[in-house]
Amino acid sequence: MLTTFTLNGKSTTVDAPTDMPLLWVLRDVLNFTGAKYGCGTGQCGACTVHLRGRAVRSCQTPLANVAGAAVVTIEGLSPDGSHPLQKAWEKLDVPECGYCQAGQIMAAAALLSTRPKPTDAEIDAAMNTNLCRCGTYIRIRQGIHEAVRTESK
Amino acid sequence: MSPTMTLDRRDFLRVTALAGGGFMIATYLEPLDIFAQGRGNAAPLDPNAFVSIDANGIVTITAKNPEIGQGVKIMLPMLIAEELDADWKDVRIVQGDLNPAKYGNQSAGGSTATPNNWIPMRQMGGAARHMLITAAAEQWGVPASEITTMPGRVVHASSNRSAGYGQFAAAAARMTPPALASVVMKDPKTYRFIGKPMPGVDNHKIVTGQPLFGSDIKLPGMLHGIYQRCPVIGGKAISANLEAIKALPGIRHAFIIPDSVGGGSMSGVAIVADSWWYAENARKQLKVVWDEGKTAADSTVGFATKAAAMAPMAPQSTTRADGDVDAALAGAAKTIEAAYAYPFLAHAPMEPPNATAVFANDKLEMWAGTQQPGGVVNTIAAALAITPADITVHLPRMGGSFGRRLYNDYVIETAVIAKTIGVPVQIRWSREDEMKQEVFRPAGYHHLKGGLDASGSLVAWRNHFISFSNEAPPPAAGAPAQQGPAVRPAPSSTLGATEFPARFVPNFATHASMMPLGVTTGAHRAPGACSLSFVMQSFLDELAHAAGKDPVQFRLDLLARTPIALPQQGGGAGGGGRAFSAESMAGVLKLVAEKSGWGTRTLPKGTAMGVAFHFSHQGHFAEVAEVSVDANKRIKVNKVWVAGDIGRHIINPLNAESQVHSAVIDGLSQLMLEITVDGGKVVQSNFDTYPVLRMRQAPPVIETHWLISDNNPTGLGEPALPPIIPAVTNAIFSATGTRVRSLPLTKHGFSWR
Repeated sequence: MLTTFTLNGKSTTVDAPTDMPLLWVLRDVLNFTGAKYGCGTGQCGACTVHLRGRAVRSCQTPLANVAGAAVVTIEGLSPDGSHPLQKAWEKLDVPECGYCQAGQIMAAAALLSTRPKPTDAEIDAAMNTNLCRCGTYIRIRQGIHEAVRTESK
Repeated sequence: MSPTMTLDRRDFLRVTALAGGGFMIATYLEPLDIFAQGRGNAAPLDPNAFVSIDANGIVTITAKNPEIGQGVKIMLPMLIAEELDADWKDVRIVQGDLNPAKYGNQSAGGSTATPNNWIPMRQMGGAARHMLITAAAEQWGVPASEITTMPGRVVHASSNRSAGYGQFAAAAARMTPPALASVVMKDPKTYRFIGKPMPGVDNHKIVTGQPLFGSDIKLPGMLHGIYQRCPVIGGKAISANLEAIKALPGIRHAFIIPDSVGGGSMSGVAIVADSWWYAENARKQLKVVWDEGKTAADSTVGFATKAAAMAPMAPQSTTRADGDVDAALAGAAKTIEAAYAYPFLAHAPMEPPNATAVFANDKLEMWAGTQQPGGVVNTIAAALAITPADITVHLPRMGGSFGRRLYNDYVIETAVIAKTIGVPVQIRWSREDEMKQEVFRPAGYHHLKGGLDASGSLVAWRNHFISFSNEAPPPAAGAPAQQGPAVRPAPSSTLGATEFPARFVPNFATHASMMPLGVTTGAHRAPGACSLSFVMQSFLDELAHAAGKDPVQFRLDLLARTPIALPQQGGGAGGGGRAFSAESMAGVLKLVAEKSGWGTRTLPKGTAMGVAFHFSHQGHFAEVAEVSVDANKRIKVNKVWVAGDIGRHIINPLNAESQVHSAVIDGLSQLMLEITVDGGKVVQSNFDTYPVLRMRQAPPVIETHWLISDNNPTGLGEPALPPIIPAVTNAIFSATGTRVRSLPLTKHGFSWR
């Protein structure tokens, strides 16, 4: 069955079952491997993408739900890695293994779109569902504050 | 490790000209060494290793070890670039494929990359610099001693000449390489990279979502698969509804791999499909008849009962016996007796195990995120009936590991599946596979008795350690791996004869017994130390309080004693390198006490500080945790102070801080986690039942302080982890009066706030 949606600004049509989770459509059908598999149950956030501007777990989002909608993945967050969060992540050396960081950045970007200057408590609340086994939480928090600082300059 | 020690002895350099006027420099093995290793013909002297410089001065450095988040992909090239005096903007870093003949040991584990490579990698860079200087001296007709370098350039100051490295690269290829040991190293005061914050090599790819990890590999025509093993650890697949599975949407292959393949213990069912999702969906319909085997009798409840029964019985072995413990305990003014226990743990790296392989024309090419690539080739060759020379292994970045990928079960099964189906395939474990088919951190039980004299001084210590581990002990060099049940604790569950406070208590005995079990166990982050620290540092804390002494001072008093001398080869955990130093440990303990304001701060009711130290992987670490416990036993770790001694240089302070954060947060995770077994099956399955630490539960501040000592730098992936666990449980005691003697904390009603 054909489903059409907008992926990182481009109209995209895929032939895949409508109950196939967006994560596997992205990874195995469209070869967009930025969103990661971590748990398959929506508990870790490694697969986070934006759907209609909001952060969603792509492993829990059936393809049917994205028909006609705009999806943004880490590959499309900025044309060249220039999003303030991406720059802050590089500058502060946030990643350790790096596997969860696409999901972390997408969750943080969704947060900043609604709360441009979040407090630590707001960051914790928004980011608490994104796991990092390397324990980069302190630098993730710093990275979000750094992105806010550079954005407001 | 002994064979690789020989392989790492690389004293010969080879230099080769590059097309277009560059040069490459590599070490190679003395051919006699290779014969001594029984590898037959000498390996060709392939020089495409470590560093090359092209005519434009672009320096390409090979990062030889696999990256799991420990920062080795930047650290090893930094060492080469430092002594080469490279200009960082001209440096390109590439990941080396598996090739021990070129690169020596390529494992990632045991926090060994720094101590093992500190000298040879710098020598490599220094040798390349030496040859560029020699080439410039010849061309300019001046003595080499008058030539210096600045980043990326050779300079002859008195004639006011300088040139980029690229200009002399072709000439350098014709120079005789120096003996590595003769290479003169820089004065550390002139370091430009070592000691400077250097961000990770792959950061840009990570933040822009470019393919990087093993599970991002895409090959033309590649299929995706799952591998279902027996829910009872070590069980075998007898039969399955394979035809029904093959009829499901998107499924291309379904077959059983019998127990006879791959050296045993890899039996299961492979399902291969167009997308991983099809394979994972089909698994829900899979019906397998299993031979569950003997592990079906294993249960966590049963282990606990049996351990308590074994504790008073005669131990199976004695690893240390000093003085007369019985007499000293009988004569002690005060004795404390306690049983400590800790559970099995899973590694739960964010990227579950996976590998990608293509088998064609009797050759296998693999992309395998593994910490132990050198160990897998012979096993695969045997399983596939091909020669090791026909196997190519690429080493993609790994999404965490923490010891899991020291075990190559998922790599071997992928190789077997690739040969069976003859098309490129990626096998990916689900999170549930990862948690249920783990190589678990061994559980353990310790029955302790300690004695204090009338002045509150520790005079006697006895520990009967019951290890829940079943790895075969490491074979002697050259001997085949031992089969059958272990008779002494596994390497990842060792209570060594020199583990503190051994040597510092005059009457001291350590005994060990083995819990019979079928659960697979292995190395976790800081193997051994991650569990022993909780026991040793908690019981020391109990003794300090019983003695009426400050926990820091009680420990300092112990460290101030004259210890029984170490055996000649003693190195403690991490082995062979720097040994435990009471002076260093007292140093980090004083430093962390000072930085945390130990004993000087007034804290609200329900809030307290706890302290602990541990030596592992050649690193000395002391840590203080400030912990609040509310009326509902909800815990918040407000702040953690860490003081560490890992030698003379903190090679990359940016990554060093990351590794400390990571170790502390990993240790905090462990406080609330356990893997339990019932009927030989693992009960936990995903992050809901194995809730690793989340951002809100993490301390907002972890302060890191370094004690610089005159020792070669040592590793940092692990040694900051062990002390945090008892630092927190000791703080809980001070805050609440509850002494935590078993983990996880959930057993005692505690939870994260």
